[in-house]
Amino acid sequence: MFGVLLVTLLLTIMLVGSNMDTILKQGIAYQVRLEITENPGIAESFASIKEFESFVQDQIDQRTEALGLDNPWYSPQRIGLTMYKILILDFGNATFLTSDSGSSNVGDILLEKIPRTVLLFTTATIIISVIGIFLGSLSGSKVGSALDRITASFAVISSSFPVWWIGMLMIFLFAFTYQIFPARATPSILPTESGYILALLYHMALPLITIVLIGFGAWAYLVRNFMVGVMQEDFITAKKTIGIDKSKIIYKHALKNAAAPIITILALSLSGSLGGAIITEAVFDWPGMGRLYFEAISVMDLPIIIGATYVLTVLFLISIFTADLLYGYFDPRVKTL
Amino acid sequence: MSGITYSEIKEEFLKNKIGLIGIGILASLVILSGIAVITIPIDTFKQWNNPNHWISYPKTSLPAWTNYLTAEKIPEHIIMENPITVSQEDTISVTSHQFNVNFVYDDFPNDFIYEFTTEYSGSPLLQISIIRPDQSKILLLSTSLPYSETINVHHERFFSADNIIKKNAQIQLAKINSESYGILGEEIIFADNDGHVLKGNYLFLVNLYGVEEYVKILDSKLILGGKTFGIMGTDELRRDLAVGLLWGTPLALFIGITVAVGSVIMGLIYGVYAGFKGKKTDDALMRFNDVIYALPALPFLIILAVTISNSIFLMVGFLLIFSWVGIAKVSRSMALQIKTRQYVEASKVMGQTNSKIIFKHIIPQLLPYTFASIAISVPAAITTEAGLSFLGLGDPTFPTWGQILHDANTYGAAARGLWWWIIPPGIAIAITGLAFVFIGNALDTIVNPKLKK
Repeated sequence: MFGVLLVTLLLTIMLVGSNMDTILKQGIAYQVRLEITENPGIAESFASIKEFESFVQDQIDQRTEALGLDNPWYSPQRIGLTMYKILILDFGNATFLTSDSGSSNVGDILLEKIPRTVLLFTTATIIISVIGIFLGSLSGSKVGSALDRITASFAVISSSFPVWWIGMLMIFLFAFTYQIFPARATPSILPTESGYILALLYHMALPLITIVLIGFGAWAYLVRNFMVGVMQEDFITAKKTIGIDKSKIIYKHALKNAAAPIITILALSLSGSLGGAIITEAVFDWPGMGRLYFEAISVMDLPIIIGATYVLTVLFLISIFTADLLYGYFDPRVKTL
Repeated sequence: MSGITYSEIKEEFLKNKIGLIGIGILASLVILSGIAVITIPIDTFKQWNNPNHWISYPKTSLPAWTNYLTAEKIPEHIIMENPITVSQEDTISVTSHQFNVNFVYDDFPNDFIYEFTTEYSGSPLLQISIIRPDQSKILLLSTSLPYSETINVHHERFFSADNIIKKNAQIQLAKINSESYGILGEEIIFADNDGHVLKGNYLFLVNLYGVEEYVKILDSKLILGGKTFGIMGTDELRRDLAVGLLWGTPLALFIGITVAVGSVIMGLIYGVYAGFKGKKTDDALMRFNDVIYALPALPFLIILAVTISNSIFLMVGFLLIFSWVGIAKVSRSMALQIKTRQYVEASKVMGQTNSKIIFKHIIPQLLPYTFASIAISVPAAITTEAGLSFLGLGDPTFPTWGQILHDANTYGAAARGLWWWIIPPGIAIAITGLAFVFIGNALDTIVNPKLKK
């Protein structure tokens, strides 16, 4: 578990490390030259151009050393230091990006963005699963009915459209053609003002509807398949012959038995949707983790990339882990822990 | 895994309606790719990002067939290449090219471009004027070409958006009408007294005057930019979307099928080897499998695309890294079952090498399952690539569907209501995905007897 986290971070550092170093070094050189042009006195105090150049180079080298950039990024002490800092949750300061409140501390930025992503995607997953379980168990108890067929075909069709494309269509339809929802999901008022939460919820509507629309079909289909399996079991037939109310059988007995795989998938789909958040948030301009990640990648802001990868991996691992635990709880036969 | 023969699979598959629909869609996609490769020269698609190549196409124009659906006739794109040529040789020579167009549409043209190549010496005078249906004549442009002592070849374009053309039209129309309408050059020229479109015959006159000098027009073209073009319309950069969409088909199929086949073969061999070897090898291989499984795929794909390269071939490789994991898990568990069969044990006792047992006895048993999983994993590869392209991380030299949608998003197609730019690529992605899902599901129900009702 923990090993996976470290491997992920190590890979991230390896991939972005060299680029980041080049950018930082260029930054230092630029800064030194800027300081000299601002103080013409420094340049005048040198006899020859050669002397001046060597002074500039010295300055650059000194600062590079101070930041530890003289070692290549793959040197053990630099990787070790980076990893150690991450372990004590010190992500350092972002190079380019800042949080809404202006702080450039990576921890602050992440703390600001995580709740929004969690808010959007958890709400969406909950709505999807409620609709999915209801629809799935209904169509699972009536195999071959019209509802069953519609659910199945809707599941197949909806899952082959990319969420972000549906997102574009929804923006086109409901933000511009019929101006019901705002096109950008970032509220136009500042977070400190009152009514921010309401504005945020209103702006959340369009992405939420899109995610739910794309997601619930596949869910219903999965639940339906589990239900079909359970409904064929002997104890259900027995309950039917006793004459227990059908809806009671479905929702109380059958659903309880199908719970284990359903909950596993719930946990996995939650973590899966967090990964997909990058594209979805880019389309809707939702100010969450996904958009932050994308922005960080496009300007190569290493501390944020590492921090965000860390958080995404942790969330992913936690959901896999909980899925395992819950499966064991609901289906004691597979208890491994 | 009770040995299903291939003829049985075929027979069952032919009974499966959905599977056949899938095959049908796939076949038509393959035919489309064939058409794309044959009819559209490969050069065109290399020119996809070269704005010069598309200059004679109209900007953001609707598909041509929309004219059949609306009562109003939207101007079509007209390219006039063969003008009536009238030459007069005298002390002052005049070469006149006349373009006659019957403009009967209900909307203004998008723009017009006059493009010409001449061969001359000295400094000839070029005049462009237009005779409108109401017989008023407007001199749009009067300019002399750059002076040259020797005979040289000159190529130039004049746009309706040029300020001088607009001003000339405004001034001269103000003499005829009480006021002029519109802001854009083409709107001023094509408007009647009430600001509506003036329908009828327009005559564009291009006169090139030379004084005892050598003047010759080699090539002359007038483009009346329409608001409809082709089957699929054009985008903001004047690119013909039909070309992009058509070329996207073989690319999507290539990405999808390569990634699916590659990852399934990798996963299959990896999983079977782990399952067959068992014990510590199995443990170690499966632990590695778990690590890859727990890596968040999309963030990593983005980092890889940004830092290493966004070439489409490398992208296929990156997708492969993350997609073999699930198949490895399933094929391992299947190998665990098959391994205990008597014929496998027998060949072991006979002293056959491990690789021979794996490739001759175990993998052939898994092949039917393999086909199903190949088909099922194609759509994921296509959507992931489209998603990456959509974020702007795709290979810019290839017009994939994701790329087109990325451009659409960049130019705010949704906000401007350019539906023909957004809808077709998405539908193309979905249809390709559906074809493989259909085939995969059909195969799955045949090879997995559990799923049968």
